[in-house]
Amino acid sequence: VANGANAAARELGVRVEYQAPLRFDMVEMSQLIEAATASRPAALIVSIPDGNALGDAIRGAVSAGIPVVSINSGDEVWRGLGVLAHIGQTEYEAGFGAGERLGAEGVAHALCVNHEVGNVAQDRRCAGFADGLATNGGSMRVLAVNLADPEDTQQRVAGALAGDTTIDGLLTLGPAATEPTLAAISASGRADRLAYATFDLTPRVLEAVRDGRMRFAIDQQQYLQGYLPVVLLVKYLETRTMPGGGRVIATGPGFVTRANAAAVIDLAARGIR
Amino acid sequence: MRRVLARPEVGALASLILVWFCFALAAGAPFRSMSGTAAVLNAAAPLGLLAVAVALLMIGGEFDLSVGSIMGAAGMMLMLLTTQAGWPLWPAVLVTLVFCATVGALNGWLVVRTRLPSFIITLGTLFILRGATIGISRALTGRTQLGGLSQRPGFDLAYRLLASEPLPGLRSAILWWLLFALLATWLLLRTRTGNWIFATGGAPEAARNAGVPVARVKLGLFVATALMAGFVAILQAVRFDGADALRGEFQEFRAIVAAVIGGTLLTGGYGSALGAACGALLFGMVQQGIVMTGVDGDWFQVFLGVMLVLAVISNDVLRRRATAA
Repeated sequence: VANGANAAARELGVRVEYQAPLRFDMVEMSQLIEAATASRPAALIVSIPDGNALGDAIRGAVSAGIPVVSINSGDEVWRGLGVLAHIGQTEYEAGFGAGERLGAEGVAHALCVNHEVGNVAQDRRCAGFADGLATNGGSMRVLAVNLADPEDTQQRVAGALAGDTTIDGLLTLGPAATEPTLAAISASGRADRLAYATFDLTPRVLEAVRDGRMRFAIDQQQYLQGYLPVVLLVKYLETRTMPGGGRVIATGPGFVTRANAAAVIDLAARGIR
Repeated sequence: MRRVLARPEVGALASLILVWFCFALAAGAPFRSMSGTAAVLNAAAPLGLLAVAVALLMIGGEFDLSVGSIMGAAGMMLMLLTTQAGWPLWPAVLVTLVFCATVGALNGWLVVRTRLPSFIITLGTLFILRGATIGISRALTGRTQLGGLSQRPGFDLAYRLLASEPLPGLRSAILWWLLFALLATWLLLRTRTGNWIFATGGAPEAARNAGVPVARVKLGLFVATALMAGFVAILQAVRFDGADALRGEFQEFRAIVAAVIGGTLLTGGYGSALGAACGALLFGMVQQGIVMTGVDGDWFQVFLGVMLVLAVISNDVLRRRATAA
């Protein structure tokens, strides 16, 4: 995100300050937004992981007359907070796209490996995945794992693969689950018949895609989540225009496949993505 | 003059003024503005509440590292009782506070009974409570983050008391902070209990011989600290319409830092509640000021560490001069 925002700032000749709380803590994040509001920026870009906790601080910025655009998290809540636009990936659609793709490759029975059952965003990804598979007649079931313990994750995936030999596809919801899942796949003895995909990119994920151990990775294209809001807000301040329609401006799902993995790795190595 | 300089909070007050001027120059108008001041005070208030209680406990010669975990546990308990068990808000608040007092009493009882360092005992409580909070909330709800407190009966009054803005931009937590800081200062300097606390932390054997109920004082301080942690947790749950099992992490250290910057000695027997409140204010000023100057927030912890060391050194020098002369 920061790379995209900095690039836009350079190109447009504006100043962008990037601030993040030290930990994933909504109290600290709302204090950060309050401080940012007090420093009277021309515009504010925020992510909204928890609309309840951050709502007050964001409304405060809006009522102080600061144009606000939200990115990444918050596609369910941004409209109610006076935010001008939301730029990100809608989870259901991303899961749906993954289901369609794996379905088109012939996957009939898939696992959705969910490391955060109960987190609404993750549940929506799995729901979209199920509906996407269904367009090709496929089906899936959710496998709950605990990412705090990679060994546990690996054993559960391995157990599920051994217990149901009709499984021919897997989807994990975050890069942290990929190592244990890849290990479980290669230990299963039928790696060649398992189509595996994951959400989000890391160097390890990109290598796995490049080497063909993974079919694709779903990329929410965070670079654009940094770049686009800066551009939109600069233009908003100049011309008072903003894309309309009340829809989320989708930066994803983008798909990194074997065809473009090498290019992405190269861009990442040069610090561009 | 010497009497004034010998007060523990003098160093913190001086640093407050110095740091304020630094940021007023570096960050300019935003920092000096009303909303900038509000952003600083709102961030400092919850920590200030904790720091006041923690300072009393430290003057009494003990630590409580479980403060942050108690906050996490109390917040989740409140949310589980209200949104999952369907209780109205106020009974849930009462039960949550009783739970906190029990944890504090247990901490205190173990420390008094075993005579082991409270550092270790409460470090144990830190892990036990945090783990249990995450475990129980995941087992019951499958989540570690619960919202929706504002839908419960009794919320409006709680919001008015704990989270509203009596002055534009300024949250009521600031008033609570001020109230408790003054109350604790009065307790320390004007009551027999205050004398007992100083004596318990400064020279426990002599205090015991002089008839000070050392064990009871410590127990009371642990209970008060835990209750304060519960109060801050409830305040934040109301303010942010929900709780998180991880909330309060590292607050125990921040509260100790604020108390120490405010002139409280790690060894006990010396310190001030008002100083701890100043320490928390300094904390909030640096945390929010850095954002307003546009310096990358990653550097906050560096500033914090430098400030802590400088504050301790200057407090020490001031105290030696004032008391030696």
